[in-house]
Amino acid sequence: MFIFTIRRVLQTIPTVIVAALIIFVIFSVVPGTFATSLLADGKRAADPQLIARLNEELGLNKPLVERFATYITNLAHFNLGTSFRTRQPVINLITDRIWASFILASAAMMFALIVALPLGFIAALRPGSIVDTATMIGAVSGLSVPEFWLGLVLMYIFALQLNWLPSFGYGDGSFQNLILPAITLGVAPMALLARTTRAGVLDVLHSDFIRTAHAKGMSDVKVMRWHVARNALVLIITTVGLQFGSLVGQAVIIEKLFAWPGIGSLLVDSVAIRDIPVVQGTILVIVLWFLAINTAVDLIYAAIDPRIKQG
Amino acid sequence: MRFGFNFWLGATLTALVIFAGILAPWIAPFDPVFNADLMNSELPPDATFWFGTDAQGRDVLTRTLYGAQISLTVGIVSQLINSLIGVTLGMTGGYWGGWWDDLVSGLTNVMLAIPSLIFALAVLAVLGPGLPSLLIALGLTNWSWTCRVARSSTLSLKSQGYVQAAKILGYGDMRIMFTQILPNMMGPILVMATLGMGSAVLSEAALSFIGLGIQPPSPSWGSMLTDARQLIQLAPWIAVFPGLAIFLTVLGFNLLGDGLRDSLDPHMRTRKP
Repeated sequence: MFIFTIRRVLQTIPTVIVAALIIFVIFSVVPGTFATSLLADGKRAADPQLIARLNEELGLNKPLVERFATYITNLAHFNLGTSFRTRQPVINLITDRIWASFILASAAMMFALIVALPLGFIAALRPGSIVDTATMIGAVSGLSVPEFWLGLVLMYIFALQLNWLPSFGYGDGSFQNLILPAITLGVAPMALLARTTRAGVLDVLHSDFIRTAHAKGMSDVKVMRWHVARNALVLIITTVGLQFGSLVGQAVIIEKLFAWPGIGSLLVDSVAIRDIPVVQGTILVIVLWFLAINTAVDLIYAAIDPRIKQG
Repeated sequence: MRFGFNFWLGATLTALVIFAGILAPWIAPFDPVFNADLMNSELPPDATFWFGTDAQGRDVLTRTLYGAQISLTVGIVSQLINSLIGVTLGMTGGYWGGWWDDLVSGLTNVMLAIPSLIFALAVLAVLGPGLPSLLIALGLTNWSWTCRVARSSTLSLKSQGYVQAAKILGYGDMRIMFTQILPNMMGPILVMATLGMGSAVLSEAALSFIGLGIQPPSPSWGSMLTDARQLIQLAPWIAVFPGLAIFLTVLGFNLLGDGLRDSLDPHMRTRKP
C-alpha cells in the first residue's frame, strides 16, 4: 500500500508540469497583449516606449524558453509570480480565497450526497416506480439546467421575494450565505450522482454473488449492507471524487453570480482585466486541486477494493 | 434499431430549437437589435410582446428566437472541432501505438485535469471575447473524453478479423482507419458529440453571462441573462425565457444523446423489471 501510494503520487508530477506548460504557452502566443491592452485607453494606440518599458519591467521581453524556465523554478518555490494589477504575490491572493472555495465545494457536495444517494438507491431497488421515474427525470433536468440561471431563479425566489436568505456575498462565513450558492452548485453533481448510484446498485443487484448470497439464505438487509452497498460504494466514491475535484472549476460562474469570494471569482475578474499571472496561478491551483482529489480517490478505493491495487 | 421515448423527446426538442433558429428572420415579430424603443421598456408579457420587453424596449420573444442561432452555431461548430481532434488523436494513437500513443495518452490525461470551462476562460483571456474566440476556446478544450473513447474502441477493433484481413490485403493504414475502424466506432462517438453539444451550449451561455463570450447587443441567451440580472426585481420575465430556452436546448441534446446510447448499446439500456 505504501509503495502504491508513493507511485500514484509521483505519477501526477509530469501531469502538473505539462499542465503548467500548456497554461504558460497559451498566454505566450500573443506577446505584449497585456502591456498593449493595459496601456491602451480606447482612443489611440499606446506609446510604444511605454509598452517596451512595461514589457521589460514584467519580464515579457525575454525569450519564451527562458521565461518558462524561470516560471517553473519559481513554481517549485511556491512562487506564482506577482499580480500585474495589484502588485501582490499571486500566492497570497489565492490563499486568501481558497478557503471560501473549499467551503462552497464541500457544502455543495454534501447537499448532492444527501439528496442523491437515497434517491438513487430507492430508484434502483424499485425500477420503473414513480420514485425511479421522477429521479431520472430530475437527474437529466439537473444536468441540463444552466446553473447560473438556476441560481438567479433561487436568488429571486428565496432572497428577493421571500426574504428568507441573503441574496449574495460571503457574510463573514455565515451559514445562511452559503445555502443558495451551495444548492446551485450542488445540482449538477447531485444529478450525476443519482444516476451513478442507480446504475451502480442495479449492476450489483444483477451480479452472481448477490444471487449466491440470497441462495444461501442471507437476509435482505444483510445482503444490502454487506454486498450491495459495499460494491456500489466503489463506483459512488469515484463519481464523488471526480465531481468534488472539478467542483472548484465548475464554481467559477456561481461564485461570480453570488459574489462569493473564492478563487473562481478571482479567476473571472482576472480574465476580464487580463491579469495573466493571477489567471495562470488560479488555473494551476484548480488543476492541482483536481489531481490531488483524484489521487486521494484512487488511494481510497485501493483500500476499499483490493482488486484494484493488483490490477 | 429501435429508439426509445428519450430519443424522440430529445429529437423533437432539438428540431424545434433548430427550426426556431433557422426561421427566426421570418417568424420573429420584430428586429432583434434595432427595434429598441425606450417608451416600451420593461413591459410585462402581453398580446403584442408575448414574452415582454427588455430594458431597451426590445421584444424578448424575438431575441430568444434569434438566440437559438448563436447557441446552435457555438454548440455544433465547437463540438465538431472537438470530435475531429478527439477522433484523429484517439484513432491514430490507438492504431499506431508506440511513442505517438504515449504522447496522445499523456496529453489526454492533462486535458482531463483542466476543466473545459476553465481552459476556455484561459483561451478567451488571450483572444478576447466574441464569436470566433468562443468557437476556438470551446472547440479546443473538450476533446479528451472523445479521444479516450476513440482510442479504446480502436484498440479493440484493431484485433478484429476484418481489420486483420484488410491488412493482409495490403490496405494502407489510413485506408484501414477510415474504412474499417472509423465506421465501426461511429456510435459511441456520435453519442459523445451529441452530449458535447449540450455542454457547449451551457458553456457558451455561462461565458456570455459573465461578459466574456458573445457581446451585446447580439441576442445571446447568456448575455440576455446578464441584463436580466440587473432588473430581476423589476422585470423577472426577462430572465425567465432565455433561461428556459437554454434549459430546453440542452435537455434536447442530452436526451438525444442518452437515447442514442440506449439504442446503440443494449448493455447500457435501462433495465426494466
